Amino acid sequence: MLHQLSWKVGGQQGEGIESTGEIFSMAMNRLGYHLYGYRHFSSRIKGGHTNNKITVRPTEVRSIADDLDILVAFDQETIEVNYKELTEKSIILADAKFEPVKPEDSKAPLFVVPFTEIATELGTSLMKNMVAIGATSALLNLETSVFQGVVEEIFGRKGEEVVQKNMDAIQKGYDAMSELLGDRVGEWELAPADGKRRMFMIGNDAVALGAIAAGSRFMAAYPITPASEIMEYMIKKLPKLGGAVIQTEDEIAAATMAIGANYGGVRAFTASAGPGLSLMMEAIGLSGMTEQPLVIFDTQRGGPSTGLPTKQEQSDLMAMLYGTHGEIPKVVIAPSTLEEAFFDTIQAFNIAEELQLPVIVITDLQLALGKQTTDPFDYSKIQVRRGKLVDREIEPNDNKDYFKRYENTEDGISPRVFPGTPNGIHHVTGVEHDETGKPSEAAGNRNTQMDKRFRKLENLNFDTPIYVNAPHEEADVLLVGFNSTRGAIEEAQERLNEEGLKVNHAHARLIFPFPSSEMAPLVASAKKVIVVENNKTGQLANIMKMNVGGHDKIVSLTKYDGTPFLPGELKTKVKELLD
Amino acid sequence: MATFKDFRNSVKPNWCPGCGDFSVQAAIQRAAANVGIEPHELAVVAGIGCSGRIAGYINSYGFHGIHGRALPIAQGLKMANRDLNVIASGGDGDGFAIGMAHTVHAIRRNIDITYVVMDNQIYGLTKGQTSPRSAKGFITKSTPEGAIEPSLKPLEVALSSGATFVAQGFSTDIKELTALIEAGIQHKGFSFINVFSPCVTYNKVNTYEWFKEHLTKLSDIEGYDSSNRELAMQTVMEKEGLVTGIIYQDTETKSYQEKIPGFAEAPLNSLDMNLSEDQFNQLVKEFM
Repeated sequence: MLHQLSWKVGGQQGEGIESTGEIFSMAMNRLGYHLYGYRHFSSRIKGGHTNNKITVRPTEVRSIADDLDILVAFDQETIEVNYKELTEKSIILADAKFEPVKPEDSKAPLFVVPFTEIATELGTSLMKNMVAIGATSALLNLETSVFQGVVEEIFGRKGEEVVQKNMDAIQKGYDAMSELLGDRVGEWELAPADGKRRMFMIGNDAVALGAIAAGSRFMAAYPITPASEIMEYMIKKLPKLGGAVIQTEDEIAAATMAIGANYGGVRAFTASAGPGLSLMMEAIGLSGMTEQPLVIFDTQRGGPSTGLPTKQEQSDLMAMLYGTHGEIPKVVIAPSTLEEAFFDTIQAFNIAEELQLPVIVITDLQLALGKQTTDPFDYSKIQVRRGKLVDREIEPNDNKDYFKRYENTEDGISPRVFPGTPNGIHHVTGVEHDETGKPSEAAGNRNTQMDKRFRKLENLNFDTPIYVNAPHEEADVLLVGFNSTRGAIEEAQERLNEEGLKVNHAHARLIFPFPSSEMAPLVASAKKVIVVENNKTGQLANIMKMNVGGHDKIVSLTKYDGTPFLPGELKTKVKELLD
Repeated sequence: MATFKDFRNSVKPNWCPGCGDFSVQAAIQRAAANVGIEPHELAVVAGIGCSGRIAGYINSYGFHGIHGRALPIAQGLKMANRDLNVIASGGDGDGFAIGMAHTVHAIRRNIDITYVVMDNQIYGLTKGQTSPRSAKGFITKSTPEGAIEPSLKPLEVALSSGATFVAQGFSTDIKELTALIEAGIQHKGFSFINVFSPCVTYNKVNTYEWFKEHLTKLSDIEGYDSSNRELAMQTVMEKEGLVTGIIYQDTETKSYQEKIPGFAEAPLNSLDMNLSEDQFNQLVKEFM
């Protein structure tokens, strides 16, 4: 009996590979299994190899599995591209239609099943995916009835007959596979799950749900991979809450429109990836200078320029920290799980309004698009805090002096009033300005306002800036990462600790201002610090060195080929670096 | 009720003496008073350039943003508070060069704001370079041998982009300009108003005298019908864009806000931001 199953389906893009994975995952989710999915796809609509790898466990799953137990192939390319992940205990299921050939050095046996033929006999070759799901359920020794609910949900509106045909396809696939398996039945059976229902979502869903829970009712955005799902979710939900989404002409308009809406008093945001963020730099500066709240999501993907648009990377860090000319206070947050993505989104909206500045939430493609299970988010932990909004009536003044929107207060945070408020008139400008917002280039005023803006950061109250799992007082090595590398690092840490090494783990959730006082003792108590990140130049390692020192013990473990870190790979590389 | 004087503040404009922008500012102040709004019910969002400073010279909420981006900021503001009167404004460089994409798409989108362009056919604040509105052959610091690109035609662009309100004024004729801006504010949808606002320092060709000689009032053209888009396009082309008045107005097409499915009738900034536990659980359940 298996305690983890790693299943992958592959074929040409546009062939329904994604929905095959989706149906399989949904059924497993309903049985109470924990899931972690990762899609390999290209920047095209039809054609090109695509695959969906799903790791299933009865217990918490935090990372993509190293190996593959079952590979379902709809073309030879799928076998060629993926067979190296297979072990002696694995199996390849391939459609008879393309006359599959087992690579000479494949450790796993090839089972040929007439997916397309069975589907065609039932009426349409489109159902070959359902036949493959049926074959999978035979391997897992799962009754086909577990798919009934999911199939009804997906095909129900097409009528009972379609539902029945798809269930028939699953059953035929099951039967065909059972026959082929012979006495190997039960070899891939997975330990039973707890039957508890969990949310099954991508990081972009968690972020979008967070935005709605945070009270955001306006979004402006431009489509881009891998951020578009955030906009699409908002388009589905906001009309039901009275709000709206505008798909703008570009990301410059998206970010500046969000600034305009925040100025107007509604929580507004935008979401994009590297190329879009490059276009938003002037808006980020405007938000900082005019002290208008702005929340931006950067779902990092492979850069630079158009780069690797559908691949994993974490190389926008420096740009997010330092991007925009001149100097403004800003906050950069990096959630690493679905739960953090949800709650950090709420934190981001609160901080943006409380400190009146731009907050950038960075995720990465693996978190943004990887579909995972998570326990339902806790409603009671949702908090909306808006900071210093003027809720009193403002006294008129006779000499037409403007309201002191940029009052030089002790904590640097000035009272905020929305257009439309009687006696609250003030000026807003990206030019250096005085307390009422009127342009002023006087040296003294410049210092006052610059210092005031930066003083706001001292009020930052961020919940859990670093996720820490440090079982050792004195560690051989501290592993540091951010965003979606968390699960792979956790598993590598676990395995290394089992081998007797003393490994601690710190995952940065707040990147700017960097939580130096929390990170420093962790660095101090480790002999070596390995910073794991999906980029070429070791950006987080450099940020660590700038903020906490430790130049003599910080080393980088980077990967920038577009693929995520796997736990086994990490373990090996960490050991190499320690030798 | 507020008068135009209530829309004045204590800031002294830093425009050159004789600049056309003074009259545009006065026309906006008069129009705002004439439509019966109070200073706090108006927000002026401007871009960067000489004209962009206008947001600071009117006693109203004012936002002086980034070069070319007045329109997206203004549209975002109007989305947040549909009860607010929003006027976006800027120069020809702001709206027709760096911000041209926003201009065309704001016109298409038809959010209920008014856009006043102060068109002087030159870059003033950067001290005299060519603008997309400069005529072919126009000599500037950046075109010492004369501009070789043809001048952009904002009225034709607006008409072909699906504008529901297109007007053009001349800064000297404050009376007509005030009426145009008033009509723009009252129009339900995006109103585009181009205003010839001469630069007395850097544009020695398109002077007050030049415009007086070349401009035709649409009200002087017999049978002109501003609800006829084809006629509008034809007239604008025939007169090479040198006309003033309401060129085109479509009173039937609904504004963007009225078309968005589910969009709240109350300003977005007044809605309850909190989800009830039931609402939240419903959203959570969809992922299970």
